[in-house]
Amino acid sequence: MLLTTAIALVFFYAPNDADQGFVQKIFYVHVPLAIVALIGFVAAGVMGVMHLRTRDDRWDQRSYVAIHMGVIFGVGVLATGAIWARASWGKWWVWDEPTLVSFLIVFLLYVTYYPLRYSIEDPQRRARYASVFAITAGAFVPINFIAVRLAESLVHPRVLNQTAGDMPGEMRLTFLVALAGMALLYIALVKLELTSKHARYELRRLRRLLEEEDRPSGAAAQPIATVPAKPN
Amino acid sequence: MRAIAAIARKDLLVELRTKESVPAMALFAVTTFVIFHFGLDRDRLEGELAAGVLWVTLLFAAILGINRLFVAEREQGGFDGILMAPIERTSLLLAKAGALLVYLVALELIALPVFALFFIEEGFWEAVPRLAAVILLADLGLAFVGAMLASIAVHTRARDLLLPILLLPLTVPVVIGAAAATKPLLSVPLETSGVGKWLAVLALYDLVFGLLAYAVFDFLMED
Amino acid sequence: MAVEPATDPARDAERLSPAEDAITLTGVVRRYGERAALHNVSLRVRAGTTLAVFGPNGAGKTTLLRMLATLLVPHEGEVTVLGHRLPRDAHLVRPRVGLLAHDPLLYHDLSARENLRFYARLYDVPEADARIAHLLETTGMTARADEPVRNLSRGMAQRIGICRGVLHRPEVLLLDEPRAHLDPEAAAMAEPLIGAAAGVTRVLVTHEIEHGLTEADRVLGLRDGAVLIDAPAAQLDASQVRRLYGVTT
Repeated sequence: MLLTTAIALVFFYAPNDADQGFVQKIFYVHVPLAIVALIGFVAAGVMGVMHLRTRDDRWDQRSYVAIHMGVIFGVGVLATGAIWARASWGKWWVWDEPTLVSFLIVFLLYVTYYPLRYSIEDPQRRARYASVFAITAGAFVPINFIAVRLAESLVHPRVLNQTAGDMPGEMRLTFLVALAGMALLYIALVKLELTSKHARYELRRLRRLLEEEDRPSGAAAQPIATVPAKPN
Repeated sequence: MRAIAAIARKDLLVELRTKESVPAMALFAVTTFVIFHFGLDRDRLEGELAAGVLWVTLLFAAILGINRLFVAEREQGGFDGILMAPIERTSLLLAKAGALLVYLVALELIALPVFALFFIEEGFWEAVPRLAAVILLADLGLAFVGAMLASIAVHTRARDLLLPILLLPLTVPVVIGAAAATKPLLSVPLETSGVGKWLAVLALYDLVFGLLAYAVFDFLMED
Repeated sequence: MAVEPATDPARDAERLSPAEDAITLTGVVRRYGERAALHNVSLRVRAGTTLAVFGPNGAGKTTLLRMLATLLVPHEGEVTVLGHRLPRDAHLVRPRVGLLAHDPLLYHDLSARENLRFYARLYDVPEADARIAHLLETTGMTARADEPVRNLSRGMAQRIGICRGVLHRPEVLLLDEPRAHLDPEAAAMAEPLIGAAAGVTRVLVTHEIEHGLTEADRVLGLRDGAVLIDAPAAQLDASQVRRLYGVTT
């Protein structure tokens, strides 16, 4: 409910600043997408830590979904980024934007999450390695951001700074609403997918328990000869 | 400590005997320089172009060595042998990272003079001391991240394919830092300003990922 | 004839008396995904005795051995080896346990001697060179000890593997079909090292039913991860063990 309101707000409030031009509208989608995706990635790293500490597979599920949504949002970031670049500079991609470039590198890294998971057969090992990846990649996000920022600032001025640096009140409010809306969208989607995953997980678990009741692998298979050793 | 030395020594002994990794890496680097000569149609390089060609080549050559790092353990069953031994499991990481560092330095001892021969007209010898510092810090980062990712990739199905795609994005900061630090050193005339900043970036990377690799390695090894 | 070097007095002091349990498992569960590789497994092995483990493929025998070797951790239940809880005190158990499985765990490009020196360093074996020489002589491999393992036949590599497994004088030997790939002569040579005469606690996985029953003090029969046989060897006959494999004779 809250989510729908937030999204509606984003889309209806934005036109209030129509005089800013089409380019600015993209800005309200592009940047929140990026911020939410990056926070999601770092959060996935924290979930990875929790998984390694508690050995609870549900943390691995959460980490997976967080990264999954982050990658999907990431596609959105790159797409809106390309549109913005086209509108602002006439090209579909620019290297001038360190945030965008840094995001591309992060995106390329997180895309490897899927082949990594897919190529490990042992389920326990798969979850553990995925968590290690989530932690490593999560630590990578800030370092990469710093490195790229430093690199690009040598040659190109920071365009984002110019457009976003001093935001008049109206724009700032719209931006914050957009950010909140995007964050809520992310959380809602994550919760949605987690619930469905969790339901499937529980279903499999219950089915396994039922099977074990019908055919308990321990006792019902006739023991042939058990003479337990006397304790000392 | 004893364990780290034992494992590293074993690795270096095998490498010395089979000459599997380092010659291939060196050959790859030299051939790649030649390809760059034709690809860029240049007889000499300087500044950012020189730095770029050098670091891209070194990185890709490093991947060849990193791919082979745990193969003997995996194929010859040595993993069990090491995991059952009464040693700290992180010794394996440190030993492998150390061996990889040695391979990288050996690679650079060959590739760097060849690079200078092919592309650098003047000022190379003055640049060497600072260049060595850049290379060492970059190698350290590559060694830790490479060893950690190699230990991950070796347990997967498509390990030769997975390692490069995992490694390349993660080593972008190393390339950024190393290339940016090398650029003034290979410029004509030689400059040294700005190198310090990038050495700091490389050092930060090394610290963060070195600690990270050390912290997670036990979880990677357990079953 | 190489002289057997002195044993480690500090270690000897820790050895268990025959009345104590060298290995105890209580309700151990080990999963592989959704399947249970070991389900509610409990057993006790007295110090100095031999436990033979039988079962068809996939029964969980290798999983059990690897768990005792500290390579796998139990998902549920308790495992105690030589008085130490696993996985918590695995580091205390590792120097005292030896695993001999299908893979001799040798690096192909190094010689037998170099391999053994490597492991001797890892295990901090005292007077390593003398110990290695003694083991090589016992298994008849002294002549070929300095060739790369790659050049050795499977049986010879297996013999070196045995040297590796007992190099650190483990008190618990975990043997996964140790006589596979060994010709009768080699098997005889290996006897004093890994046979009942060695005097250590042994867990022996084997498909040779008669041999296993002769060697063992107790027998464990696994099928699909569950314990179907847990009895002294003297009270069993081969036909009961064969039922484990689904063969009715």
